[in-house]
Amino acid sequence: MPLAPLPIGPQGLRALSAAIGLLISSLVQAENLTIAAYPAVDSIAKSAAAEWKKKHPGFELKIVSRSFPDHHTAMTTALSTSSNLPDVMVLEVGYVARFAENGGLQDLSQAPFNIKAQQALFVPYAFKQATARSGAVVAVPTDIGPGTLLYRTDLLKKAGITEAQLTSSWEGYVQSGAQIKAKTGAYLMPHARDMKDIIIRSNLQAGEGLYIDNKGKVLINTPRFERAFELARQVRAQKLDGKINAWTTEWTEGFKRGQIATQMSGAWLAGHMNNWIAPQTKGLWRAAQLPERSWASWGGSFYAIPKGSPNKALAWEFIQMMTLQADMQLQAFKTEDAFPALLEVHKDAFLDQPIEFLGGQKARLLWREAAQKTAAIDVHKLDPIAEEIVNTELDKVLDQGKDIRAALQDAQALLERRARR
Amino acid sequence: MKTPSTSPHRWRLTADTVPYVLLAPFVILFLVFGLFPLGFSLFLAFQSWEPSAGLNTMKFVGWENFAFALEDEWFWKSLRNTAWLALVSGVPQHLVSIPLACFIHNAFKRWRNAVIGAYFLPYITSTVAIAMMFSSLFSTDYGLINQGLMALQAWLPWGTPQAPTDWLGQAENIKPAIAFVVFWRYVGFNTVLYLAALQTIPKDLYEAATMDGANAWKQFFYITLPSLKPMIFFGITLTIIGGLQLFEEPFILTGGRGGTDQAGMTTAMYMYRTAFEFNDFGTASALSWLLFVVVALLTWITNRAFKPRGGGA
Repeated sequence: MPLAPLPIGPQGLRALSAAIGLLISSLVQAENLTIAAYPAVDSIAKSAAAEWKKKHPGFELKIVSRSFPDHHTAMTTALSTSSNLPDVMVLEVGYVARFAENGGLQDLSQAPFNIKAQQALFVPYAFKQATARSGAVVAVPTDIGPGTLLYRTDLLKKAGITEAQLTSSWEGYVQSGAQIKAKTGAYLMPHARDMKDIIIRSNLQAGEGLYIDNKGKVLINTPRFERAFELARQVRAQKLDGKINAWTTEWTEGFKRGQIATQMSGAWLAGHMNNWIAPQTKGLWRAAQLPERSWASWGGSFYAIPKGSPNKALAWEFIQMMTLQADMQLQAFKTEDAFPALLEVHKDAFLDQPIEFLGGQKARLLWREAAQKTAAIDVHKLDPIAEEIVNTELDKVLDQGKDIRAALQDAQALLERRARR
Repeated sequence: MKTPSTSPHRWRLTADTVPYVLLAPFVILFLVFGLFPLGFSLFLAFQSWEPSAGLNTMKFVGWENFAFALEDEWFWKSLRNTAWLALVSGVPQHLVSIPLACFIHNAFKRWRNAVIGAYFLPYITSTVAIAMMFSSLFSTDYGLINQGLMALQAWLPWGTPQAPTDWLGQAENIKPAIAFVVFWRYVGFNTVLYLAALQTIPKDLYEAATMDGANAWKQFFYITLPSLKPMIFFGITLTIIGGLQLFEEPFILTGGRGGTDQAGMTTAMYMYRTAFEFNDFGTASALSWLLFVVVALLTWITNRAFKPRGGGA
């Protein structure tokens, strides 16, 4: 079709601009409820749009989706300047703790929210993660990452190792790894750091804290860290790790090619493996509880309302729909492998169903047990820097043969220097 | 077509106001995006502030942030990393790009622009794409670089590594790997700078030298190099500033952490992590001003080194 100039004169233009003006003003007037989220919580929120529209016809759901690190940088900026705040923000567990102490998020334990009345409905450790030292509840858990040990049955069989040998104790786990390496050539774990990470989180007493206790005492130069460093050193010394960081090409290729025999992670990893990391290894993996029946969690998502949100009442409606409504939680579990934080869903028949990727194992029952037994770890605002300090000293132990005691003393001193400020 | 004037007289530009109005876009943008962030970061350097707690939680702490940074062993480690990377990635850039520019200048006629374009391409490619490409090239078990080295082993049993090299996981390999990527990226940019300078050297200088019997080497050392001096100063200044602010390449190649034992953590990266990971904007601002002092000092020294001496030129 040949292009012709639009047949409108000055009057038509005036009419057009008036129409555009009307459109803009109507757009501004149509109320939005803004949800800022990262994958895959963004698609879970999006799939709730139809249900939301039924309940609140006048309000559109506006999902602002960003990549994981971008999302949290944007939320930090929004909170620091109190501008461009969404009505609801999705937060990963590490950031809940960080934001909780700073007072930028609405305390949901107060009226009209009164979330504490519903505390018993949630997985206990997840609810505690959302509770600040002051007692304020700043977020509501929606999905959790109960810890699990995924392992390759074919590699274990080849090495003549049973699941019991692998998981009875951490020392036994490392010994089994040596046998697996000798017989199959596969690494026990991607990185020796993983070993340290799980040991420092195992068997924590309530209120003990990971790096710093609730009185501000630094806990690095302790037997807990010494055991963690010692086991990590053994793993590296016997070449049982591939020095592979998670989410890299080596990592995914290692799973695809059967070069990594086990992986400690949140239950959600089985879903990622099945969907994109290593679908061709279907049936070869099984899940077990972590060795020594240690309980730990990897990740977890929460909904929070910033204090500056203009639509707090509606935001609360939305959060309740996503976290307290069993059908919504179950749907997210089925479609996105988001393990529900709502206990009611844990009784659903879906948990009894076999998981094809894990060779028909009913692994969700294991994960349910882990979710119930996991304790919440107290968080401290210096945790990110403490983790960096510990990781750097561990690097020195693993690569340069630094003495473990000296490394722990140095790490302790470095963190104490920061904690004094 | 004549249109009736509807604009009121008071909005008409006069000769007095025109310069201000025309300058306004720049001045406003500079104030908002240039001066304000500078001033704010200087202000922040004297505050203790956790950003997610909101703007009103700032606390004046005087020089504490600077004192902390100067006694912080990670700051000095990051400065050493930065200096190493700036030197090892920077010096070869100029040692290679000057001869390369001369070669392209003399050897290519019709294809010259295409050749320059090929060398310039890395400079305009997105850093993220570059870092992702090199991450997979440097991969220990599956990377092309190690595969190549292993293939080379069959021909050259000595001098090539026996086992695959862990480029980005082993502390002593991280810096050379990053330096190589930075070198690869900026060598073309410098070549273009030097090519531009070469084109301004009068041809009759070379003709006269040839008549006097000077060979190509002598012409290079006594005509080309001295004439390039202003451009070398410019190029080295840019390299020093860029090298000291190095952030993107090491950040992406080391997964944002700086790698094993923070071997690839530059000062700019440490600054970023202090702000956004460790949530301490005050110290991060102090670090940025300390880095500025270092950059300014080194630029001044370069300026002194290249200043014409004696009889003046």
